[in-house]
Amino acid sequence: MSEKTELPIIDVKSSMQRRQGRPGKYEKAKNPRRALIRLVPYLRPFLPQLFVVIGFVVCYSLLSLAGPYLMGRAIDVSIGGRDLSGLLRFVLLMAGTYLASNAFNVAANWVMARVSQDALKTLRGDLFRHLQSLTMGFFDTHSAGGLMSRLTSDIDAINQAVSQNVTALLTSAITMLGIVIAMFALNHWLALASLIVLPIMFWFTRFVAKYTRKGFRDLQKGLGELNAVAEEAISGQRVIKAFGRNESVIEDFRRRNEAVFRSGVYANSFALLLMPLTQVLGTFFVVVIASLGGAFALRGLVSVGTIAAFISYGQNFISPLRQIANLYNSIQAALAGAERVFEVVDTPGEGEAEGELSEGIAQSIHGDVSLKDVVFSYVPGVQIVKGFSLEVRAGQTIALVGPTGAGKTTIINLLTRFYEIEGGSISIDGRDIRQMRRSSLRRSLGLVLQDTFLFADTVMENIRFGRLEATDEECIEAARLAEADHFIRQLPGGYATDLSERAGNLSQGQRQLLSISRAILADPAILVLDEATSSVDTRTELRIQKALLRLMEGRTSFVIAHRLSTIRDADLVVVIDEGRIVERGSHQELLDRRGFYHRLYMSQFKGNEI
Amino acid sequence: MNDLKELLRFVRPYRRLALFSFAMLLAMVALDLAVPRLVERTIDQGVRRGDMAVVLGTSALMLALSIIEVAAAVLNSNSSVRVGESVARDLRQAVFVKIQSFSHGNMDRFSTGRLMVRLTSDTGAVQRLAQVTLRIGTRAPLTMLGAIALMFVTSPGLAAAMVPILLVAGVCIVVFSARMEPLFRAVQQRLDRLNTVLQENIAGARLVKAFVRSGREIARFEATNTELADGTTSVTQYMSLMTPMLTVLINLGMVLVIWMGGNRVIQGRLSLGQIVAFTNYLLATLNPLVMMTQLSNTWANGMASARRVNEVLDAESAVPPASPGSASLAASGPCSVAFLGVSFSYGPGLAALEEVSLSAEPGQTVAILGSTGAGKSSLVNLIPRFYDVDRGQVLVGGIDVREIREDSLRARVAVVPQESVLFSGTVRDNIRYGRPEATEGEVVAAAQAAQAHDFILRLPQGYDTRVEERGVNLSGGQKQRISIARALAAKPGVLVLDDSTSAVDVETETRIQTALPAALGACTVFVVAQRISTVLNADKIVVLEQGRVVAEGRHRELLGSSPIYREIYDSQLGGGPRE
Repeated sequence: MSEKTELPIIDVKSSMQRRQGRPGKYEKAKNPRRALIRLVPYLRPFLPQLFVVIGFVVCYSLLSLAGPYLMGRAIDVSIGGRDLSGLLRFVLLMAGTYLASNAFNVAANWVMARVSQDALKTLRGDLFRHLQSLTMGFFDTHSAGGLMSRLTSDIDAINQAVSQNVTALLTSAITMLGIVIAMFALNHWLALASLIVLPIMFWFTRFVAKYTRKGFRDLQKGLGELNAVAEEAISGQRVIKAFGRNESVIEDFRRRNEAVFRSGVYANSFALLLMPLTQVLGTFFVVVIASLGGAFALRGLVSVGTIAAFISYGQNFISPLRQIANLYNSIQAALAGAERVFEVVDTPGEGEAEGELSEGIAQSIHGDVSLKDVVFSYVPGVQIVKGFSLEVRAGQTIALVGPTGAGKTTIINLLTRFYEIEGGSISIDGRDIRQMRRSSLRRSLGLVLQDTFLFADTVMENIRFGRLEATDEECIEAARLAEADHFIRQLPGGYATDLSERAGNLSQGQRQLLSISRAILADPAILVLDEATSSVDTRTELRIQKALLRLMEGRTSFVIAHRLSTIRDADLVVVIDEGRIVERGSHQELLDRRGFYHRLYMSQFKGNEI
Repeated sequence: MNDLKELLRFVRPYRRLALFSFAMLLAMVALDLAVPRLVERTIDQGVRRGDMAVVLGTSALMLALSIIEVAAAVLNSNSSVRVGESVARDLRQAVFVKIQSFSHGNMDRFSTGRLMVRLTSDTGAVQRLAQVTLRIGTRAPLTMLGAIALMFVTSPGLAAAMVPILLVAGVCIVVFSARMEPLFRAVQQRLDRLNTVLQENIAGARLVKAFVRSGREIARFEATNTELADGTTSVTQYMSLMTPMLTVLINLGMVLVIWMGGNRVIQGRLSLGQIVAFTNYLLATLNPLVMMTQLSNTWANGMASARRVNEVLDAESAVPPASPGSASLAASGPCSVAFLGVSFSYGPGLAALEEVSLSAEPGQTVAILGSTGAGKSSLVNLIPRFYDVDRGQVLVGGIDVREIREDSLRARVAVVPQESVLFSGTVRDNIRYGRPEATEGEVVAAAQAAQAHDFILRLPQGYDTRVEERGVNLSGGQKQRISIARALAAKPGVLVLDDSTSAVDVETETRIQTALPAALGACTVFVVAQRISTVLNADKIVVLEQGRVVAEGRHRELLGSSPIYREIYDSQLGGGPRE
């Protein structure tokens, strides 16, 4: 965990309890239909369960509608008719209905929770599996933090929509339909009068949503800018302080903070309008029913019980309307999230050529490497490697030397097929690496990088990463060969020390020794050391050097280093500049030639002619 | 609770607005509760008696009241939003200003990520707390209390029968919430574990590919994935019990009302309208109950965030500001630097320097050498007073740094840190960062000395090229050179180079070193270095070992006198002795 990107924070609790009613993200998928169609296959395996859920929801909605109806009847028929035993029947019926409807509600949610979580699990799994097959180019061009927050918050958006909104949407729709039917059954004049609420509600929602959406977009933009300023000012706080620029940074922050305040007031004021407006609409509804119903009742057209039932329906009628309006936003956000998730899933992966070599062959690789006229560019048109040719015999050590940006690491990236060459060929033991399975190619290569990466696991497991089937003894033996055994035993838990808590306490040198142990355990035919020692001081380097030399014995090794002393003993020094080999030979030959290499070497030891 | 009290001071400036908001809320509750009353009147005095005037009159009254309620609601939400947003703004500002005042010691304790969370989601949670409290938080219980009171007024007997039901509902909420908490925490842990696997996988992608370990990674992910799915399912299932449970309780209350009320109506002790009103009141208690279960979360989060925000606001700067009447450094010319018996630690048991004494005359170049963790950076960080010493004294220009005004000290001591931090803005802005009034000529001269001029001219817009977020459009070596130019443009009296050419190749580094003296004029320089070639020409080389000075002198002297120096020298020049 060399540089721990801060994990995006998703608070499970508030994210799960977030209900409709609080305005969330206002974003739209570019192609919502396509995103929706892509999501469907994840639900298909659960078709039977989904039918059960729909059945439950229908039962629940209808039964909860029966409640007010029964109440109205009870008031009219039994209480109005002074029929005590009839009242008892109604009362029992009502109690039964209420219990049953809520039981159905619970059952629907119960099944849906399982279904949605299983579907999401599959989606997450697919995403992760695909991530494994993506090219190194993808990881190099996407920042880890950005990728993380996209993957987590997008999945969370889908999660919320699927786990809460599907049933809620269904319930709302069925309830509304049921209420309309029930109202017409009770009294169609009153029902018609009630329906005038619909267009008003629709208009309210549209009006509020229009301004709210704009407001929240502005707010989000403002917050984004504010956070960018804050992030920069906090991560660069030491430098800001060192140069005494705090005042101007604070002023910049204050200005943007003020802007966020203004758009926050705007957006939230509009968003909060919806609630009182719908409530008033509810009151308005009651008023209409009461006055109209009262007038009807005076002429004997409706009963008091009907009025009571209508009022009760009215209250049930408004809230699904509001819910549907809110669900719309949440579903839009989910689809936008899904779109981004599928964007990753649709990014083409490494793809496997016809693997001519079987997995087992990795062991028998000899280690002859040949690069012929290799051409490569990361960005089309900007060639980084321009006709690179090199013949390496098994067991040789090759030092790649050159100024920053010369293309040394790129050669390694091509050798490991992290990137594919554009022209020429690379072959190992005479076989073109494009004809090999990536997995077997990489198994025959051992990498020790400048950036040591340790997993949040024990020391033992971090070493075993090199060869999963290795026994504990083999891991310890590898550590011993890498000169790491001594310091590991001094850790509080020895090999069982959990690095998730203490990785920070390991020095760069110690981390590097662990990654060398890993490479020793993997026992590759070809070894690649990419600036393996550049982040440790020179005396620590001496110790690591010993371990490295042991590792390099009998293997073909490619070594990249800034320090020329590291590579003095190489069989062949290859000097690279601007993607080409400008000189090659042994250290001494190159010095004698007094060319590019000589200049590089002398600049390091200038003033050393004592 | 104490944390909240402390944060109340952020609400105080807006207390009149908050009170107004509360008054509007009371009006809304009163109007809410009036409606069932009026419905009752419509039924009993209008419909039952056949009095159309009462029906229409009451309806008109209800409509008028509801319009007043809209006004109250709009005023309430607007003022509560204003209070909430103002508090959030002030809180953010206070946290940000506090962070800017932090010393290095404070910054070591809080990571950037954590501080960002304090500044964004934590202030957000406190804001929600303030806003929600002013709206539903008070409205729900008030409506409930009012409804219960009116139930008693309407029919004490019936109302008394409702009390047990409401009590049971209350107990249910409490028990339920208490049992939910650990479930939520467990799911949160599983989610965090899943994210850790994902994060490691992305950050370590190169390694996973190189060792062909995607199989292992997928297995690891699947295990946490399944755990998370199972955990989430059970929490969701458990959570979905809550609302139906409350609904059933209230519904049973309704059934009870119809039964008992019906009996009373038949006996002539209650009117039909009263039953209708009573059921309306009962329904009015349901919503607050459901809402309160969801509010508990906002409350808990808000409280936790308030505590964390206070942690930042209350953090004492590890470097107290110099007293008001303190000294300033001369505005130009080199400053002497001296360490007198300095001991320094990052905390108990984390000693970094012990009894270090050394001095640099104005204009001298002092090189610090030593292995990683020897205390090189710690030593130079004491010069601009990023940290305070535990014992001893650090003098700049002959004055203890604790007695120099901060702005004066920082203006005269320029630091090029190990990790080059650039800010968004143009390249020119970045070079001018330390001294905004630097002329164009000075900017170019600084860039030239830092060997940055040539590559800057090759950038698309030269000095006007924008540095993107954290300088992603520049290479490590380029960033280092710009950050050296930035220090040079500040025209410091003391320049601290903390291993600041590690990403620059040797040739360029040599050119920078050659150009430095001319660009700096007279300036005291401290160089922390890994490469011995960097230090060969220093006036004084100091070798640190475990926080102590083990050797001090010029290159030739040390070569003869210090075995450690000799060892470092050999390790780098390797072939040296053999040639």
